[in-house]
Amino acid sequence: MNKPFAVTLDSASSRANHTGAWRVRRPVYVERLSPCDHACPAGERPQDWLARAEEGDYRAAWEALVRRNPIPAVMGRACYHPCETACNRAKLDAAVSIHAVERFLGDLAIRERWRLPDPGRPTGRRVLVIGGGPSGLSAAYHLALAGHAVTLREAAPALGGMMRYGIPRYRLPREVLDAEIARIVDLGLRVETGARVVDAAGAKVEGGFDACFAAIGAHLANRVEIPAADATRILEATALLHGLEDGGAPPRVGRRVAVYGGGNTAIDVARTVKRLGAEEAWIVYRRTREQMPAHDFEVKEAIAEGIQMRWLSTVQRVEPGHIVVERMEIDGSGKPRPTGQLETLDADTLVLAIGQNVDLSVIESAPGVRVVDRVVEVDGRMMTGYAGLFAGGDMVPCDRTIAVAVGHGAKAARHVDAWLRAATCEAEPEPALAAFESLNPWYYGEADPAVQPTLDALRRRTTFEEVQGGLDEEHALLEARRCLSCGHCFECDNCYGMCPDNAIVKLGPGRGFRIDLDYCKGCGICATECPCGAIAIVDEEA
Amino acid sequence: MSGEPPVKFYQTGTFTVGNRLLDASKRTVQASIDRRNALTSGHRACQGCGEALGARYVLDAAMRATGGRLVAVNATGCLEVFSTPYPESAWQVPWLHSLFGNAAAVASGVAAAMRARGSDVRVLAQGGDGGTMDIGFGCLSGMFERNDDVLYVCYDNEAYMNTGVQRSSATPAAARTSTTPALGDAPGNAFGTGKNLPLLAMAHGIPYVATGSVADLHDLEAKVFRAMALHGARYLHVHVPCPLGWGCDPARTIQIARLAVESGLFPLFEAEGGEVVHATPIRRRAKVEEYLRLQTRFAHLFDGSARGGADLARIQAIADRNVARFGLAAAERGEGER
Repeated sequence: MNKPFAVTLDSASSRANHTGAWRVRRPVYVERLSPCDHACPAGERPQDWLARAEEGDYRAAWEALVRRNPIPAVMGRACYHPCETACNRAKLDAAVSIHAVERFLGDLAIRERWRLPDPGRPTGRRVLVIGGGPSGLSAAYHLALAGHAVTLREAAPALGGMMRYGIPRYRLPREVLDAEIARIVDLGLRVETGARVVDAAGAKVEGGFDACFAAIGAHLANRVEIPAADATRILEATALLHGLEDGGAPPRVGRRVAVYGGGNTAIDVARTVKRLGAEEAWIVYRRTREQMPAHDFEVKEAIAEGIQMRWLSTVQRVEPGHIVVERMEIDGSGKPRPTGQLETLDADTLVLAIGQNVDLSVIESAPGVRVVDRVVEVDGRMMTGYAGLFAGGDMVPCDRTIAVAVGHGAKAARHVDAWLRAATCEAEPEPALAAFESLNPWYYGEADPAVQPTLDALRRRTTFEEVQGGLDEEHALLEARRCLSCGHCFECDNCYGMCPDNAIVKLGPGRGFRIDLDYCKGCGICATECPCGAIAIVDEEA
Repeated sequence: MSGEPPVKFYQTGTFTVGNRLLDASKRTVQASIDRRNALTSGHRACQGCGEALGARYVLDAAMRATGGRLVAVNATGCLEVFSTPYPESAWQVPWLHSLFGNAAAVASGVAAAMRARGSDVRVLAQGGDGGTMDIGFGCLSGMFERNDDVLYVCYDNEAYMNTGVQRSSATPAAARTSTTPALGDAPGNAFGTGKNLPLLAMAHGIPYVATGSVADLHDLEAKVFRAMALHGARYLHVHVPCPLGWGCDPARTIQIARLAVESGLFPLFEAEGGEVVHATPIRRRAKVEEYLRLQTRFAHLFDGSARGGADLARIQAIADRNVARFGLAAAERGEGER
């Protein structure tokens, strides 16, 4: 071949030189578990549906959401969102307002009449679900998707359980609750309301059911002995909240009401009596504000509505026209102890909100069922000691929240389904947690969270209108886009753009990237600069 | 849904290379699946080489800006050695190498030849800090002063890395190199007067001078596009960390380049006709210590001695002066999109 002066070799590309041979470690794409996914008791995968919402595909986001939780509009309002407590974004500015986006998607679905997935092919199996609260509804939904024929029995006149009889409508409007319940019922459930089950095991046998899931809420009020001149002046919180929903005249409360207790129910009742016309409402709690089991934001909302707080106080006795309160103090071990100082509170009514429990008589009698500390023991499958009888929600040891209840329903449904097929259902192995340290937060832009609108103060004191408004589309989209996508590649192209060796191949939208190990020298820039911790560096085998 | 999307904010703003949610016009050249890869795989640069990255960033952007009608002239140095061991070449762009010190002169000649032939092919010259600031400075100054139609790009890794990390006029004060060991009363490179080539280029009054960093790709690409939109002598000075010479983790190349910018030690600015027209504000101010600690060439600053502390304070003062001089503290927050 004719070559120029002093040239003896054909020119060639450097690509003949496989520099990947230098490598002693290699990057690998990984999926890590987002903290929100990890924290959600209902088993939701917020990162997944937020990612779809970020693209503006709300339908796909909602569909991903309801694959795990059929009542997002309710949950977006009533859940105390442990996902946001866990959210990595809280370490940057403020947690993503996951509940607000969930509520936006839930409300949009109601408005657009989106339908839940179709029920599965009929299996011929029949399952009895006792209790139409969040746990029972969740179980019924997932069982229907699996193709089982579900009968849902509810003691109250309407479905909803604690969502209807425990959560006031200013926090959860009933049209929202009704719409999401109707959507589940429309899957073909056989619903029997006003049908109290007295013996779960008996009902299962008599009805010829193949399995039974019991999920009865904690409607039974705890009692405390308080000397009272006039017992009619003492009400129970659960009864009062229940009385608002049974269609009759609203419960009559006094003009000056004291609520005894420090939990969320106490707050709910105090805010409710204010709306029912009480001029004054006090919350009397024997410990300090910091020790209150009620959530801080609810305490703040109550104070904003004019509820007065009496911390470190116990009710000593009820007398006509007033109650006598004893001041407490915190001893060295952090426990409250009486001081002997008495005060009178000008209250004409006392409402007890000092905890609730489940009426376990329905299940206690079944052979093999064990009750410890007023809750039912279940195994890892949520099955009681009686074969085929499963239990969840407030009945079993847990935090009594709506998200836990929904999660129990879904989990029990999985195991009921497996049990009916004489199979076992293994929990999918969870990947490692995408801790904040695995992220590169530099790349996330600053963005304060979207703020949900709040009802004006006057209407908050006088009506049962919803206090917190929803986000509009613009703000919901912005909020979804605040998600850091922890542990999940969102195709930011950093790895592709920052590889000094062009060793990352971009596969196109939705398809991610591939590492060309012929050229990857293993420098690790891709892993360091990955914003969301979706690349790990592993040693090459010697 | 609402018609015109009112949401301007995206998950990562424009801090990342791309982002599937960003309008394609806001993504970088590097994010595109069909980027030129002017410096392609198989080159022999060290792991995590900042210069290899910087050269690809600049040339891919220049190729995009010129529609692929570009010739590159290269000075001797790392970039030339690791990319073209005979008979292989990693360049996917017409590329010419002559000597260590004459890249600017050769580029001037290529530009003159193109003009003589009536060609619209543009010329880009590139070299390291040694070939640009020391050995080739005379040729470069001539190219500036004649206002030849060349973009000269200096990839500054602050020493002669290819030959074994000898100091150059770009080596920062206190840095250890093989010719400025960390020994004696004044370890590392002397605190001299410094030699700021971008300011020297500005003193020639040429149409465009800019500084860039591999840590800010959007900023760097915008400067290449701006430079290619102009004619006459232009100069771009790009800060490129060298894991080998600086003694730092190859995985941290970008992070270290970013800390140089965020500390104020490497200010990002643009000048036209000898006047600064824009400075890129620091997003989150860092102490110089955060930058220096990640590099073993500065390890002696952290030996606990009074001298180490005093040197550290002097370097911090240099950064503070840059921040004041170029107005880099304009926005510590909210500079989401350029």
